[in-house]
Amino acid sequence: MTIPNLRIEESPKNVVSASDTQLDITFDQLKKLVSPRALTGDNMLLNMGPQHPSTHGVLRLLLELDGETVINCIPDIGFLHTGIEKTAESKTYTKAIVVTDRIDYLAPMICNTAYVGAVEKLMGVDVPLRAQYIRVILNELTRMNSHLVWLGTHALDIGAMSMFLYTFREREMLLDIFEMVSGVRMMSSYFRVGGLWRDIPAGFIDAVRNVIKVFPDKLLDYEKLLKENPLWRERTVGIGVINKEDAIAWGMTGPSLRGSGVNYDVRKAMPYSSYDHFEFSVPVGSNGDVYDRYRCRVEEFYQSLKIIQQALDKLPSGPVITDNRKVAPPPKHEIAYSMESLIHHFKLWTEGFRAPEGEVYFSVESGKGEFGVFISSDGGVRPRRVHFRAPSLCNLQSLPQLSKGCLIADIVGIVGSVDIVLGEVDR
Amino acid sequence: MGLEQKLGNMGVVTMSTEKAINWARTNAIWPMLFGLACCAIEMMSTQASNYDLSRFGMELMRASPRQSDLMIVAGRVSRKMAPVLRNLYDQMPEPKWVIAMGDCASCGGVFNNYAVVQGVDEIVPVDVYVAGCPPRPETLIDGILKLQDKIKKEPLNKWQ
Repeated sequence: MTIPNLRIEESPKNVVSASDTQLDITFDQLKKLVSPRALTGDNMLLNMGPQHPSTHGVLRLLLELDGETVINCIPDIGFLHTGIEKTAESKTYTKAIVVTDRIDYLAPMICNTAYVGAVEKLMGVDVPLRAQYIRVILNELTRMNSHLVWLGTHALDIGAMSMFLYTFREREMLLDIFEMVSGVRMMSSYFRVGGLWRDIPAGFIDAVRNVIKVFPDKLLDYEKLLKENPLWRERTVGIGVINKEDAIAWGMTGPSLRGSGVNYDVRKAMPYSSYDHFEFSVPVGSNGDVYDRYRCRVEEFYQSLKIIQQALDKLPSGPVITDNRKVAPPPKHEIAYSMESLIHHFKLWTEGFRAPEGEVYFSVESGKGEFGVFISSDGGVRPRRVHFRAPSLCNLQSLPQLSKGCLIADIVGIVGSVDIVLGEVDR
Repeated sequence: MGLEQKLGNMGVVTMSTEKAINWARTNAIWPMLFGLACCAIEMMSTQASNYDLSRFGMELMRASPRQSDLMIVAGRVSRKMAPVLRNLYDQMPEPKWVIAMGDCASCGGVFNNYAVVQGVDEIVPVDVYVAGCPPRPETLIDGILKLQDKIKKEPLNKWQ
């Protein structure tokens, strides 16, 4: 029996078959991403994703491995590119609220706040205090919702299965509240330019108070399971370390930045929606590893509960949407006798309102970091350009830095600890 | 140990092979652990404590397409993801079924634009469409039950 003469084809087509059919990337361009050792076959190139349970969506990572050590980690994003920014340009200012829900689908209310906040800034519209307080309550509940999903899936990735079941059980309580106010569990679109869609229903206050009552016990359960758990500490302490300067240089924000010891929170630095009316502290870590980022997020639960408590106690009465009829629709009953209201209603529903020419940037603290909205207006009923500053994308940039030199088993922990949501990364 | 001790001699059950096989297939569907976007979060809720998908014999989500026989397309499919999705579908062994979960996977949903595939049925054959943006867990469970009904009625020679 003769062994056929094995020869590796020189043609680059054999090496990058999947990518070069879709994108015009030459083999030489791809070569630069990896070290020379990978090209000779001394280092292993491993593809992770886009269908992988631990990448929190459809992230693809190209890992260069020397044994079990990760030499290089190359993220490949865009598998969930939805064209949300482009879609928002083709919708009127009010209608575009709907697509902002789907950017960060773990924290839709926070995205709504950022978007309507930007439009309000552009229009110079004042929001009634009651609406601002309700926004704060719902924003904090959304932050808890986002952190609960993160905690459950992050722990699941590392191997603590039961956390997932506990956090999703508690998450249903929050989803019930969102459903109560907006009629939908996740994609609420409850906020409008100038205020809220409608006032909170009866039973809302009791439901939120119940959350405040029940949650500390549940959080204690989570702490018992993870905080001092030697297995958990083994997998998280000292893994994926990034120092203060690097974290800032990579543009990280949110708990991922605060884990490295930088005290930056948009709620404190640039208060919006009357966040300056409430007493709360910003949890800050010190080591910048996976464990510190985990601690920051868990501490934020307590701060969120504290803010919600204060907002409920101080909740003022009054209207929930601005009386500026150029922006907010008149109440239904007014249409019956007021010609002017009828005209306003007709204009808002057929055309939408016009925003003055100009550019505006408005940012809020999302569960992941600084979520910013940039709107450029040409004076029409639709924005000329909408851009979202997605914290997940900026945090994801640091992944090659975080994972350099770690073991392959730690990659899932590190990806989990920067808390990315791919809908926001790819938009 | 089981039923036969309680009931004594159970005798012989006659049944067509088709029915027996479909009965077995119906109650042991292994879905693929494959989430794309918002709907994936609701799919996770469906598996989690409150809705508990394992009541319907589907608790075993497999991360590998080679071990699964149901693909729940949970979320919007972008043009970049479409070849990957088709690849995953081709890797699944037959018999296999597809549920298009949510409006985006069914018809493009709110995203009628350049980036999103207007319905996953452009790429893979879909058995059940589940409407909603995202569908509630109850809706997904209903979709799964519909699929189970469908499997029960399938002719055996469909998968060859």
